[in-house]
Amino acid sequence: MTSKAYALEASHLTKSFGALKAVDDVSFSVYQGEIFGFLGPNGAGKTTTLRMLTGLLTPDDGRVAIQGFDLQTSLVKAKMQMGVIPEVGTIYVDLTAEQNLALTGRYYGLSRERIAQRTKELLSALGLYDRRADRVRTYSKGMRQRISFACAIIHEPSVLFMDEPTEGLDVQSRRLLIDMVLELNRKGCTIFLTTHNIEEANALCQRVAIINKGRLVALDRPETLRSSFEKTQSVEVSFDPPLDGDALCGGHVSKVETSGDKFILYTDDLHGTIEYVTDIARQRGVRILSLRTRGPSLEEAFVMLTESTSRGCVIND
Amino acid sequence: MRGIAVTTEKNMRIYYRKAPVVIFGLLFPLFMFVAFFIGRELEIELFFPAFLAMTLFFTSSSVGPLITPWEKQARTFERLLSYPITVGTLVLGDMAAGMLFGAAISVLVLLVGVAFVGVGISSIVLFLAALILGAICFASMGVLLAAPASSSPSNIMMLSSLIRFPLIFISGIFIPLGELEGLRLATSYASPLTYLVDAMNHAAGGPTSMPVVVDIAVLTAVSAVFLMAATAIHKRSLMKGL
Ligand SMILES: Nc1ncnc2c1ncn2[C@@H]1O[C@H](COP(=O)(O)OP(=O)(O)O)[C@@H](O)[C@H]1O
Ligand SMILES: [Mg+2]
Repeated sequence: MTSKAYALEASHLTKSFGALKAVDDVSFSVYQGEIFGFLGPNGAGKTTTLRMLTGLLTPDDGRVAIQGFDLQTSLVKAKMQMGVIPEVGTIYVDLTAEQNLALTGRYYGLSRERIAQRTKELLSALGLYDRRADRVRTYSKGMRQRISFACAIIHEPSVLFMDEPTEGLDVQSRRLLIDMVLELNRKGCTIFLTTHNIEEANALCQRVAIINKGRLVALDRPETLRSSFEKTQSVEVSFDPPLDGDALCGGHVSKVETSGDKFILYTDDLHGTIEYVTDIARQRGVRILSLRTRGPSLEEAFVMLTESTSRGCVIND
Repeated sequence: MRGIAVTTEKNMRIYYRKAPVVIFGLLFPLFMFVAFFIGRELEIELFFPAFLAMTLFFTSSSVGPLITPWEKQARTFERLLSYPITVGTLVLGDMAAGMLFGAAISVLVLLVGVAFVGVGISSIVLFLAALILGAICFASMGVLLAAPASSSPSNIMMLSSLIRFPLIFISGIFIPLGELEGLRLATSYASPLTYLVDAMNHAAGGPTSMPVVVDIAVLTAVSAVFLMAATAIHKRSLMKGL
């Protein structure tokens, strides 16, 4: 047994598929009762990591403990503590909502009475009690996702894993799901969720780990990470006659990229940068041909976090 | 134990009704029966034990190959794996579903045989032993066939038919073992189905060619090998096609 302060401990997780290192030496811990976000672009290794955390995939290297149970030595005990909503995993469409819940409940060893009680509770809360005897085949995507969620928590897990849970959901289902997650968390359940949505991670999570190309590049509170994202706003500008990129370094500009005859100036202050650009144009006597602002970019944030050593202005051609 | 029972029940609820199980498990042996026995001057009582063995073989091996590929294609497999069970539990649950399917249908066929054809069973105990062992053995074979699967049920059903079909011709069903010689006899000894046919003949008082102890021993050993191989291969190809 390891410390009970952590609901989940992962150390040096590594997994390769052929020559590709999908997850590379990833270590982190999640506190009891925390909502922990795992943020990264597509193909970053989020699903692979989650599969190793839930015991589906055996890591090439590294260890995982859930509530102190090591996955290698106490897999079934560790799994009893978890609820899992896989990225694309669905429930059985040939069974009714009730049957799906009962099946899951029995896998976790719940009694018949307990299953009946939980089924009523959950289906009522999710607004599907009237449809309980219908086959899931006839449900909409949002309804299936709700049943899927109910299945994952019927045994009241102490850690809930969700792989991009709100992906592709309509606004109403998304709202309902988030409320349920928050409610569950209030009751003490630790939540581990993956997402590629910055806003969602910021709004929901107490701490966020950022993964890119299989490597953990940051782990912090969302407020702290927000400044990293704000640095990735940009102004796209072109001049006539063309200017040299060096001339644009300064002010709030942290990085200059050229793309054709345009410059992309990364900054945490759009307003200041626009004023700065117009000042330069006036000083040099050149005309601004085009000017466009762009919001924060997740991809760019990952690049910046990965090469976070560089301070000041960098010019990339 | 609980995991095995729940898995079995899930499989029974969902997969017994799937078209490939009905086609390859029920219609196939019926078709074979019609094609080979009806309209020929064969004594049906004499061949009934062999036919029963064939039915048990087809029915019990028809559920296993379907389950895992189907679950992978329907994307229910990943969630199933997250439940507190091991691969061994899943393999046994899939096997049990096939075994119960095969045993139930075969008992039904036997009852029809007794009622309409006048088939006699000389040793009920032996018959039950052969039934259960045969069902376990070929249900395990079914699960083994699904083991390398990715996510294409139809491919696996084809493959499993290709493997199952030839077995019925080399297992002393249409031609009793006593009439075979040399290479053909040797091939028959290599088919596990031969021993089930022989055991059924023991139970029904038909023509046999080996001591019943040998039949029982071979079926038990082959079941164990199938189950172990199925578990090992399933473990390796668990995440294939997810
Ligand atoms: N079973 C697999 N076989 C081969 N490559 C895989 C497999 N699973 C994932 N990958 C690769 O590993 C990388 C990480 O994938 P994944 O963990 O699914 O990313 P994410 O969930 O962050 O989008 C991707 O490049 C993906 O193509
Ligand atoms: Mg993913």
